[in-house]
Amino acid sequence: MTAVFPDIWPALPEIFLALSGVALLMLGVFRGDGFTRPVSYLAIVCMLLAAVLAMGYGSGRVVTFNGMFVMDAFGVFMKVLVLVSAAFAVILSLGFNEREQMARFEFPVLMLFATLGMLMMISANDFISLYVGLETQSLALYVIAAFRRDSGKSSEAGLKYFVLGSLSSGMLLYGASLVYGFAGTTSFDKVAALFAGGAHVSPGLVIGLVFVMAGLAFKISAAPFHMWTPDVYEGAPTPVTAFFAAAPKVAAIALLTRVVMEPFGHLAAQWHQVLVATAILSMVIGSFVAIMQTNIKRLMAYSSIGHVGYALVGLTTGTQDGVRGVLIYMALYIAMNIGAFAVILSMKAKGRMLEEIKDFSGLSKTNPMLAATMAIFMFSMAGIPPMAGFFGKLYVFLAAVAAQEYTLAVVGVLTSVVGAFYYLRIIKIMYFDEPAVVVDKVDDDGMTGVLVLTSLFTLLFFVAPAPILNGAAAAAAALFAG
Amino acid sequence: MASWPILSFATFLPLVGVALILLFCRGNSPDVLRNVRYISLWTTLVTFVLTLLVWANFDPRNPGYQMVEKAGWIPEFGINYHMGVDGISVLFVVLAGFLMPLCILASWESVQVRLKEYMIAFLALETLMIGMFCALDFVLFYMFFEGVLIPMFLIIGIWGGPRRVYAAFKFFLYTLLGSVLMLLAILAMYYVAGTTDIPTITATQFPRNMQLWLWLAFFASFAVKVPMWPVHTWLPDAHVEAPTAGSVILAGVLLKMGGYGFLRFNIPILPEATEYFAPLIYTLSVVAVIYTSLVALAQEDMKKLIAYSSVAHMGFVTIGMFALNQQGIEGSVFQMLSHGVVSGALFLCVGVVYDRLHTREIARYGGLVKNMPKYAVVFLFMTMASVGLPGTAGFVGEFLVLMGVFRDNTWVAALAATGMVLGAAYALWLYRRVVYGKLTKPDVKAMFDITPREIAVFVPLIVVVLWMGVYPSSFLNVTSASVEQLIQTYQTKLAASHAASGVSVAAR
Repeated sequence: MTAVFPDIWPALPEIFLALSGVALLMLGVFRGDGFTRPVSYLAIVCMLLAAVLAMGYGSGRVVTFNGMFVMDAFGVFMKVLVLVSAAFAVILSLGFNEREQMARFEFPVLMLFATLGMLMMISANDFISLYVGLETQSLALYVIAAFRRDSGKSSEAGLKYFVLGSLSSGMLLYGASLVYGFAGTTSFDKVAALFAGGAHVSPGLVIGLVFVMAGLAFKISAAPFHMWTPDVYEGAPTPVTAFFAAAPKVAAIALLTRVVMEPFGHLAAQWHQVLVATAILSMVIGSFVAIMQTNIKRLMAYSSIGHVGYALVGLTTGTQDGVRGVLIYMALYIAMNIGAFAVILSMKAKGRMLEEIKDFSGLSKTNPMLAATMAIFMFSMAGIPPMAGFFGKLYVFLAAVAAQEYTLAVVGVLTSVVGAFYYLRIIKIMYFDEPAVVVDKVDDDGMTGVLVLTSLFTLLFFVAPAPILNGAAAAAAALFAG
Repeated sequence: MASWPILSFATFLPLVGVALILLFCRGNSPDVLRNVRYISLWTTLVTFVLTLLVWANFDPRNPGYQMVEKAGWIPEFGINYHMGVDGISVLFVVLAGFLMPLCILASWESVQVRLKEYMIAFLALETLMIGMFCALDFVLFYMFFEGVLIPMFLIIGIWGGPRRVYAAFKFFLYTLLGSVLMLLAILAMYYVAGTTDIPTITATQFPRNMQLWLWLAFFASFAVKVPMWPVHTWLPDAHVEAPTAGSVILAGVLLKMGGYGFLRFNIPILPEATEYFAPLIYTLSVVAVIYTSLVALAQEDMKKLIAYSSVAHMGFVTIGMFALNQQGIEGSVFQMLSHGVVSGALFLCVGVVYDRLHTREIARYGGLVKNMPKYAVVFLFMTMASVGLPGTAGFVGEFLVLMGVFRDNTWVAALAATGMVLGAAYALWLYRRVVYGKLTKPDVKAMFDITPREIAVFVPLIVVVLWMGVYPSSFLNVTSASVEQLIQTYQTKLAASHAASGVSVAAR
């Protein structure tokens, strides 16, 4: 094979992000920690520029780097989601890091590199590039989980995440090697072609597939691979948790979607019941266990497990409608999730962070705007119309009903009622109870901006839902056209 | 005909009031609070005038949807912003518009804490209620239908009584549980019909087996909302704990959403299932009428008694509509309207004495006729309307319902009629215990008669109750053409499916 210089244009956002990451790292090293804010701002700008680059890609499916890398409308949609949510997470971290004396320039740079890994995951078209993307992301995430190095809890969270994360990476690698062994290739396209041609599906390959899915289920914290989530979410610094709950989840969902739809699209009979079980377990655990939580970050962890369950309902159908549902769900989920974490990060009394649910008591009296914002996110997460979260559930369940997955749909709506209970509990604590502590005013412009943007988006999404819905529909169509 | 989108104006005008309050009323000084009250009152009054215009514009001879507005919302997904009213829904729009200013007036002094949020919640509630009765698209309908839960949850939970948290959660979760099942049914219909347009779906014929499941899913939602025995238990709790105006809206409009849902969806869209399940509705409704009337007899709390009487009266509504003839359905629509006004008025009557003595316990009162004669007259009048005295609104609805159901099933009619007797028993006994007897308790003696503001609240209610009782045609004329068409749709679809199944049986 002659060496041909690959077509690099489809990978422009990744290349741009990698170069800017290196440049920012140098800038930080030369100017020191005092330069953290400018580095953070530049990181945000770079992420948004990369999003613009990704959007400028257009449509049509292009495979490059010898079939390792794919770019299509699906990739564009997911990359923009990841980049925007990562940029928001950097904004959220600014004030917190300075208050908690952990403002070091490595923080935004690490987030940038993690984001780079996520973009590569979304565009992976081969088990090798999948793994490279995943590990780029994970290594950066392990470090920022333990970024508050003098806090025992943060270090514990980082270590826990690292150990369990490596385990899942190991499972994924093992599965990938089994697939390679039985299919004879690591390329998604070739695997797909193999099964499209009606090749015999050997049990070894199915085992490999299940291992790959288990590894990915860990990354999206779907039950029964969710054990790490509450501990890591609670222990990691809150802006890191906000980041974890949004961008990496979107990237991993995108990866899982691509893996089950493209290389293993013809093996739906094999992965279908695995996903059904995962979805049902996630929804049930996410809703029932959350009821007993007293720490808001742990609650958000269980809530995110539940939300992943709902997204998986869409994926389970294996249809274009289902993938569309997943994409809509994730887009709306990250908006309300970032918003909810912005509220949590604004909850402080006399400069001390408040993380217990009971600290929200009477917030509607001491800080009505903050309480109203949180109420919007909670109603949205519970899926009550007219909030954005309702539309996410609507399209996921629509796909499930259309694919005649009635059990899944009924379990889904019933657990969403259970879920509504604990979201309502927070509203109850904010609105019906008497104030316990006086919460400080939100004094951070970036935070205020995030709160206003996300809450208005969540509240008014119903006015003009068409752009996101159509974008998701086009992205889903692209995955099926390929 | 109106060329401007009058329904959208009526629906979203209350939100303008919300915006005005949010923008211009800052701080908590008495002046600001007065402004909040007046903005709310004027907004609801103008909305009421708009709903009257809707009524005035309505052509009663046209059975179809009128003042229709249609705009692309999510056109790629077959979901549109589609509004319109027919003879069944138009009067509910007016009812919601009519009760709202009275609720604002009734809360004028009794609500002192967080007045701004209170008024915002009520105005948002009005938008959602009117929108729900006008929506002609399932997704739009569901948004309004479910959205109602948010302000009502807050109204019960923030301004309610001692057990408000329990009541608010019970209300929210009960209703949500029913509604999510309806959502699945809506999605299944969307999948079959490819659109969420209600007129289009009404014209679609669904397979019999599917109809049964869809019907049960809708039933789960509307039965909770009506509420039907045995899923009525949230209602007494919600009523007892809600502030007076919340109870008025709950009894006056929110319960009607269930009845309206049955009429709009279950009967015309799922006729075979309706025929199949009608005995179930009869049974549950008859149990509701008799059992909850007996339960009402045993109540110690005024609001709880009226709440149980609501369940009984709504039992008549469901009996009437599933008689599936002209008298029955018209009667049930009329009964819903009259119950909306009368039970709203009864809750306001309770609110009057509650504002003075801060208790709803029946035994704490007695002899009010001595020191509150005007109140005694108003209360007596509304009690009589609730009992169904001829000449009041209550009589017409119950009479038509009984007439309609008598043509269908005499036993159900006979059992339902006993409910009327029991209704007279608990209502009159309540009146006797509160208003008559000896005026002995010193704090009851100190109570003053109704104020001009309260008279202003009651006079429109009395006028409407009399109007509905003496000249019901002005309301029945509006509904009859649409009800006729509803029955026709039901019977045509039923006949078509019977013919189809007959053919298939013959072919075997």
